[in-house]
Amino acid sequence: MTIDFSRDKPIYSQLVDRICGDILKGKLVLGDRLPSVREYAVETGVNVNTVQRVYKELEAMNITETKRGQGTFITTDDGRIALLREDMKNQLADHFLTSIEALGFSKDEMLVVLQNKS
Amino acid sequence: MLQLSNVSFRYMKKPILQDVSFSIPVGQIIGLVGENGSGKSTLLKVLAGLLRPTSGEVLLNGTSVTRRSADEIAYLPDIDLFFDFYTGEQLFQHYASQFEDFSYDKACIVAEFLQVDKNVKLRQLSKGNRGRMKMAATLGREVPFYLMDEPFSGLDPIVREQLIKGLIQFTDIEHQTILLSTHELYEVEPILDQIILLQNGSIIAQEEVEMIRDVSNKEAVQWMKAFYKKG
Repeated sequence: MTIDFSRDKPIYSQLVDRICGDILKGKLVLGDRLPSVREYAVETGVNVNTVQRVYKELEAMNITETKRGQGTFITTDDGRIALLREDMKNQLADHFLTSIEALGFSKDEMLVVLQNKS
Repeated sequence: MLQLSNVSFRYMKKPILQDVSFSIPVGQIIGLVGENGSGKSTLLKVLAGLLRPTSGEVLLNGTSVTRRSADEIAYLPDIDLFFDFYTGEQLFQHYASQFEDFSYDKACIVAEFLQVDKNVKLRQLSKGNRGRMKMAATLGREVPFYLMDEPFSGLDPIVREQLIKGLIQFTDIEHQTILLSTHELYEVEPILDQIILLQNGSIIAQEEVEMIRDVSNKEAVQWMKAFYKKG
């Protein structure tokens, strides 16, 4: 399956978000092995150089670790993943706040709406 | 490294390429885009040594490109009917007889990956299948440079996606470079490292795809259109 990328963000960062999302959703589990760079490139329909950058980025974020000759694995450090969870929540909240501000809604007003949503 | 310096090409006094200079490093996939008639095909033929520039120079690792450079450059022509009297298998045998670097086995593996039957005559294949066969024959060669003239044109989205995946699967971007011309920029963008934009035979822009998104928050198609508005 090839992915439809959004238009305004670098592709590598969209893939980083995607893998982080898969970890949070539990689609990828701590200690899981990621596909090789080429496998992931073919799967997503993206340049190998871009995937290399994605893997480098994830490693710099300490979300993955590379074991020589064995491949790239999701970290087994659950503290790091808890942190990722918090980061993602904050990012989402910031994004939401910017959007409602742009439309002139107040935070309190939106809180009521959120609470009434099932 | 493939390098063009101040290359111009005229056909019957009509300028097709005008003072084009750029170099193609090893290890990238580069998209050549621009309107019909902007000189993309001519540029690829000049790079492949199939046309001699009227002025300027094309250098491959420091020496002038000629038809002999074919042992380092694989060229995929945009013509649809190409060796149409051969079956895929015969086409591969023909390639094997012409190019020392051609791997019959690799071509068969690519053909299988692209799900095209190598026992059928090319003329009896659908256009999509001929496109697949052409790609299999081209990728069967092991060369530092692949020059592809409109490898996706006129093909349906499913074939295009398959060819794109084939390109990723069967090239080694650490040691190989692909320069391809295309009008399907939206679909091809995710596999490109950089884009070269041609207009009226001149390069008007050359940029890395991720830079375009990072700096201008635009995808490549919008970026390209902005140049036409200006022009």
